[in-house]
Amino acid sequence: MTQAAYALAPGRGQRLLGALVALYILLLVAVPLAALVHAGLGQGIAAFFEAAWHPIARSALWLSIWTALLISVINAFFGTACAWVLVRYRFTGRGTLSALVDLPFAIPTLVAGIMIAILYGPDAFLGKLFASHGMPIIFAKPGIVLALLFVTLPFVIRAVEPVLLEVDPTEEEAALVLGAGPWKAFTTVYLPALAPAAVSGSIRSLGRALGEFGAIAVVAGNIPMRTQVAPVYIFGEIESGAPHSAAALSVVLLLLAVSLHAIARFIERKTGSRHD
Amino acid sequence: MTEPMIAPAAQAEWQQKPRSSGWPTLAATPLSQAMSLPWGRAALMIAVLLYLGAALIGPLLALGAELVALGLPTVVRALSRPEALAALRMTLVLTVIAVAVNAVVGTLGAIALTRHRFLGRSVLNALADLPLAISPVMIGLAFVLLLGRGGWLAPLLESLNVKTLFAFPGLVIATLFVTLPFTLREVAYVLEEIGTSEEEAAATLGASPWQTFWRVTLPNIRLGLSYGLLMTVARSLGEFGAVLVLGGSISQHTQTATTYIYDAVEERELAGAYGMALVLGICSVALWITLEWTKNRRKRAE
Repeated sequence: MTQAAYALAPGRGQRLLGALVALYILLLVAVPLAALVHAGLGQGIAAFFEAAWHPIARSALWLSIWTALLISVINAFFGTACAWVLVRYRFTGRGTLSALVDLPFAIPTLVAGIMIAILYGPDAFLGKLFASHGMPIIFAKPGIVLALLFVTLPFVIRAVEPVLLEVDPTEEEAALVLGAGPWKAFTTVYLPALAPAAVSGSIRSLGRALGEFGAIAVVAGNIPMRTQVAPVYIFGEIESGAPHSAAALSVVLLLLAVSLHAIARFIERKTGSRHD
Repeated sequence: MTEPMIAPAAQAEWQQKPRSSGWPTLAATPLSQAMSLPWGRAALMIAVLLYLGAALIGPLLALGAELVALGLPTVVRALSRPEALAALRMTLVLTVIAVAVNAVVGTLGAIALTRHRFLGRSVLNALADLPLAISPVMIGLAFVLLLGRGGWLAPLLESLNVKTLFAFPGLVIATLFVTLPFTLREVAYVLEEIGTSEEEAAATLGASPWQTFWRVTLPNIRLGLSYGLLMTVARSLGEFGAVLVLGGSISQHTQTATTYIYDAVEERELAGAYGMALVLGICSVALWITLEWTKNRRKRAE
């Protein structure tokens, strides 16, 4: 194929453009992250482990991990169910509901946190109701889970929807005609097709939840050892002038984020799907 | 509007290309009702609606109710204070910069990353995606370590006498980092989908690379680019962690709309906090409607 065929691709111009784009991305993304890793590991492995294994850092990391895992499982199930309802059922308001699912991507996560804090806060009806049954939501762990659910809502739904639309309905008819029950037809025809999409969407929501800051900062109360998540701990360390211990935990989170990102990309590559 | 230059053969090929299956086929098939038994259907509907209600719709309504309870005059008074106006103006300026930069970088970058072959291309591709996966607080920290005292770039910035941390340039850097992937990915996706045949046809017919770009490539990526830019606006308006760490949220100086809300909540200035949250909320709903509209147009164009 001749190079001249592409737009903006005559010899030197192409190289210049490539170099400029590479420079921009390297300066904006690679160099700062290298500085972060250098700060985290630069004082030796022992210092790194000491900072990352500090009890408060450890409990913050653990809280981040288990809440993120919990919401990624909830997302995998409810996200698939939502996609199923939105694609298969015909009811009034379906279009609006389907569009509403995208809203969390447009709303600032801090604003999402504020909304949840209002609805489930100690002064609100729902907040009082839950608190009187011994389960306060705001300034407690359930608030963290709710905030994460709000900001990660679209991931699985948007990943599963296109897959559901592409499954050939004749396969399902064949299964039903051959005597399979509805559940059997679902597990043999749909599940294999939508499982990779649900898993990659769920992994993306997991990665997002591990790094979430704004929504959690206003709902969790951020009490060390109890409701402080890893990003809030990192912020606290920066504020109190300890960037190196902040960097140590950041390196751990970065490693987790990059591996989750790579796994999700790998699944999407393999199945040819694309997340929005 | 002028017709894009397309060779007839290429046009025919483009029209014959199988498109991804459209929306309605499923519902039209009466037998395809697995998992649709009446009781199961009702139970699933209720579960989904309860879930969406608790996690999404309820919180949205709560903010509106709270604002009504606070009273509109109080909210307007809080929002017309100079600090609030300065914060809003800062967010607006950052958004405009992010849109302008990402329109150019997204388009040219996507062309370079999809059309050109060079060493390290896949690494760049992965790097460009990374801002989506990283916590904003860590992004802020990374730049503090790079630009702050003892950082790699600190001597250079000092000799140039440029202040980046807790200053306007820091906010710009933070916003550009978090918005990098949106236009790049959307445009790259469209470019890969449409292939090169139209551009080749234009070149064969004697168009210069620039003509090909303006008359073939740009009209083709228009909707993808707009979608990416809308996401860029949404993210710049809402970015919090990175601008908080890099800007320091200094009132009337580096405070943005989101950091203003955060500080107002800390100070129990609820009218200001909820009012600003409403302003951002209205912006995001307007954005969201435009996004949905663009998405539908793209679906139809496919």
